[in-house]
Amino acid sequence: MQIHDTPALKAEARNLNFYYSEKQALKGINMPIYDKKVTALIGPSGCGKSTYLRSFNRMHDLYPGNRYEGEIRFFPDNTNLLSPDVDPIEVRMRIGMVFQKPNPFPKTIFENVAYGLRVRGENNKRTLDDKVEHALKGAAIWDEVKDRLQDMAPNLSGGQQQRLCIARALATDPELLLFDEPTSALDPIATGAIEELVHELKKRVTILIVTHNMQQAARVSDYTAYMYLGEMIEFGKTDQIFIKPNDKRTEDYITGRMG
Amino acid sequence: MKPLTTEQIRAVIAKGKFRDNLFKAVGVFCLAFALLVIVALIADMLIKGSERFTLDFFLNFASRRATQAGILSAWVGSLLVMLVTALAAVPLGVAAGLYLEEYAKRNWITNIIEINITNLAAVPSIVYGLLALGIFVYQFGFGQSILSAGLTLALLILPIIIVATREAIRAIPAMIREGSMAVGATRWQTCRYHIVPYAMPGILTGVIIGLARAIGETAPIITIGALTFIAFLPPVPFSEIDGGATAGMFDWVMSPFTVMPIQIFNWTSRPDPAFEVNAAAAGFVLMAMVLSMNAVAIYLRYKMRKNIKW
Repeated sequence: MQIHDTPALKAEARNLNFYYSEKQALKGINMPIYDKKVTALIGPSGCGKSTYLRSFNRMHDLYPGNRYEGEIRFFPDNTNLLSPDVDPIEVRMRIGMVFQKPNPFPKTIFENVAYGLRVRGENNKRTLDDKVEHALKGAAIWDEVKDRLQDMAPNLSGGQQQRLCIARALATDPELLLFDEPTSALDPIATGAIEELVHELKKRVTILIVTHNMQQAARVSDYTAYMYLGEMIEFGKTDQIFIKPNDKRTEDYITGRMG
Repeated sequence: MKPLTTEQIRAVIAKGKFRDNLFKAVGVFCLAFALLVIVALIADMLIKGSERFTLDFFLNFASRRATQAGILSAWVGSLLVMLVTALAAVPLGVAAGLYLEEYAKRNWITNIIEINITNLAAVPSIVYGLLALGIFVYQFGFGQSILSAGLTLALLILPIIIVATREAIRAIPAMIREGSMAVGATRWQTCRYHIVPYAMPGILTGVIIGLARAIGETAPIITIGALTFIAFLPPVPFSEIDGGATAGMFDWVMSPFTVMPIQIFNWTSRPDPAFEVNAAAAGFVLMAMVLSMNAVAIYLRYKMRKNIKW
């Protein structure tokens, strides 16, 4: 895969192992994440793709008994995100996340988006107003909510809630945005809106997206990784993975013979 | 097995329905019984004590003559003791519950603490009274004061508040917590902006249940030595007291006191039957205090829950 147009690296997993107590969920994963590109993680349920995604922002640190081995290098500063010396909070300040099920806080639309800024100590009304508007525009939901920023967020529709969650993540200008099956709880129209948004967002931010929907991976991503039983089976450009996979197991999955 | 005929199917359904109705009848009976008991109790006190429901009854101190005796020192005492109890128990209980749910690592120490809290809830209240007599009254030198009583009852209801807090926190979905942490919040920020506000309706319910329990407690208050006959009120902050001095902000907490249940107990143990009327009337007032606390709790919970959903 030595191609001359290989883009800059944003992150790279190096020999990453992960354990839920005794059970090993990720096995020796090596994988690049390219800057300002969309990378999709596909694979059958339980293959470890969500586990892998949640390693990037150290979500596993919230629960006892979890253990990492290996590294995730984050560029340009070449930090090892998994190092015990690196504060998970600092990692989460740089890496945003959107969850499987929309999880807006039971607060107003405005406060949902402003939350990340407040956590960073920003309380200036003007700055908050500006950044909230910018984030909502970035998440393509501004026109729908601009007249009711003080409404409660859980009253929005599922698709709007998910775009609000994207705005919440965008408000703090993350370098990398993690999407954990962001459309699995949404109808096809809302799904389409999110996919379009992902396409738009990659101009600004690097995206790593877990999906169990292969068409979605094919539509939105530049690179695709196929995972199976905690291992990275194959990584490559999305076209190549879907048209001419190198590994038999990838091909079986993609053609629907497995999974 | 042969398929059932229509008649047989109907017979099976009829049997099932009969049992349904039987259980329904039993259930209604049990419910009616429980309801009847409380209504009868309240009505009995109301009728027996009806001739005492005058303004004087609320504004008079205790007296040797039943018709002139009132509950002023008792209801003021009860309210002030509750105030101290709430101020001590709520921050302690909520903080303890929050710590156990959000911060504590799961290990044998936390397990022991948890078992302990459960056991504390089962300790007879008189034992708290003995403990308080030794510690608050004598060791700390608080004496037989509102402060001693308030702290004693605070200990008594602490387990209730801790358990209620933990349950309210556990009802918050993990995805809310994760959503907060994912934007870079610390544990404390997550607690302050999300966990505590969203758990508030549940916490409040626990607090009121605890206070309703505390306001009716007699044994520990007698143990620490509340007076049964008291003809003055605790000093109002910054008011003039005997000798021209001014009462301090917190002088009232060190004042002797009595509370409603003790006043009632005192009246029922008098030989003169006229005091039974006072006891019934005071009992009704105490009941009204507890029920109105519950009503406030239900209203607040309803109001707060309206805006919290996920």
